[in-house]
Amino acid sequence: MDKVMFNIVDEPIQIEELIEKVTRREAGAITTFLGTVREWTKGRRTLYLEYQAYKPMAVKMLSQIGKEINEKWENTEVAITHRIGRLYISEVAVAIVVSSPHRKAAYEANEYAIERIKEIVPIWKKEHWEDGETWIGDQLEKVPYPHGELSVFAKEDLE
Amino acid sequence: MITVLLFAQLQESTGKEKIEVEASNISVLELKEKLKTIYKLPQIDHVMTAVNEEYAFPDDILFSGDVVALIPPVSGG
Repeated sequence: MDKVMFNIVDEPIQIEELIEKVTRREAGAITTFLGTVREWTKGRRTLYLEYQAYKPMAVKMLSQIGKEINEKWENTEVAITHRIGRLYISEVAVAIVVSSPHRKAAYEANEYAIERIKEIVPIWKKEHWEDGETWIGDQLEKVPYPHGELSVFAKEDLE
Repeated sequence: MITVLLFAQLQESTGKEKIEVEASNISVLELKEKLKTIYKLPQIDHVMTAVNEEYAFPDDILFSGDVVALIPPVSGG
């Protein structure tokens, strides 16, 4: 049976289970990235975050990121789980695990995955501050959709 | 009939998760213009569009039965 490598969940992410999915005899390295809920952003205090996803498409896009990684770094295995719903400070919002024979690819591919998540995966977070609430967009501090057009494929084309 | 899915701030400004639009054979851009006027959504110009779960271009043509998702700048991670 196929393992679920890309997933969106409502419950706390089971990190150990995720690591097991990419564990294999050829691997000499497994990198794990956990994105956690930060309390302070530019002097403003977060109480909790609310994540929303367009689930079926988000899973597709995560799996596309996995494919991109397999093409860029030979012999890598990737698993990604993103949690949605209400998350409090220090809870894990996203977990990315990459295994590869040598550590360099595992580190690089893991960073690539989180950057791509912030570009193409339809997930949104709403900050609930001490003094208000805002939907967050454009975290990379560039305008991702300047005219409502794709920058989605542009990056690959440039590289 | 085209189904339009709304998320995040668009869901809140319209108070809807889903809109059914009686149309066919129109472009993504035309649909967005229509929604912009009806629901007063100036921010729709900076919103990406997916058709049947794939990112789409403004001049892609929509047909009855398509599911369109309006995707404001994402903020996962």
